[in-house]
Amino acid sequence: MSVKLVVNGAPHDVDADPDMPLLWVLRDLLKLTGTKYGCGEALCGACTVHLDGHAVRACVTPLRRAAGKAVTTIEGLAPDGDHPLQKAWVELGVPQCGFCQAGQIMSAAVLLAANPTPTDADIDRAMAGNLCRCGTYVRIRAAIKLAAKP
Amino acid sequence: MKYAFVLLAACSAPAHPAAAVPIPDIARATDELAAPDAFAPIADRATRSRALFGEAARVFTSPRCVNCHPADDSPRQGDRHALHDPPIVRGPANHGIPPLECATCHQDANLPLARVPGAPNWSLAPSTMPWLDRTPSQICVQLKDPARNGGKSLAQIHDHVAHDPLVAWGWAPGKDRKPAPGSAAQLAALVQAWIDTGAECP
Repeated sequence: MSVKLVVNGAPHDVDADPDMPLLWVLRDLLKLTGTKYGCGEALCGACTVHLDGHAVRACVTPLRRAAGKAVTTIEGLAPDGDHPLQKAWVELGVPQCGFCQAGQIMSAAVLLAANPTPTDADIDRAMAGNLCRCGTYVRIRAAIKLAAKP
Repeated sequence: MKYAFVLLAACSAPAHPAAAVPIPDIARATDELAAPDAFAPIADRATRSRALFGEAARVFTSPRCVNCHPADDSPRQGDRHALHDPPIVRGPANHGIPPLECATCHQDANLPLARVPGAPNWSLAPSTMPWLDRTPSQICVQLKDPARNGGKSLAQIHDHVAHDPLVAWGWAPGKDRKPAPGSAAQLAALVQAWIDTGAECP
């Protein structure tokens, strides 16, 4: 079955089972491997992407839910990788192993879109669903605050 | 027919001369609900109405229902009502907060492989509708109060119980979750009979 969707601004007509997880579509069919597979059960946040501006876990989001909608992955967050969050991530050297960081940044981007000046408590609440086994949470919070600066 | 005597006037409910009334003990161990006809032997209409609600409240107090009807801002999980993991907050519209909205993870149907439960409009009930740790009597009073039930009439409450897909999820929760007692149709019949007998609260 063919499903039309827009990924990072580019229209795609994907021939796949409508129940295929969006993550497989992005990684295996569209070769956008920036979005990572972590747990496969929506528990870790590594696969977070945007669907019409809302954060979703691509590992449990069926392709049919993305039909006719706009998907944004870490590759499409900013054309040159210069989103304020990405620049803050680099400036503060946030990642350790880096595996979870695409999901962290995608969640943080949704947070800042809804709340441009989050407090520490706002960040902790909003980012609670994104796990980092390296424990970079303190730097993640600092980078979000850095990116949020007017 | 066997009867079990159940104290219906619990906690803060007003005392009632027919507080202890017989209701059928139909298949209590098998999670079935008694049908409205089983309450016909209760001659007093108001008492019968309270007994009908008491039976329906077996659904309203089930983990599948109360876990998303908390008084606070945190959904619960499992039969022991554990706090939702990851920590989730209610948000202004009961759908969570960006980027942790209910629909960030929950889909419009259960996911058998990922084990994530899902149904259309997955969300918390408004904070005016707390059922977790509430008695059937308290739930009944809340349910009838338009100021706390979303402005619904009794007929609209019945329609919600009978037809809302999110309510129906309670009987098909997926994974190894224990369904709510009975069925959606059985609950709808009980609620209709409760309304027809005056919608009295235990």
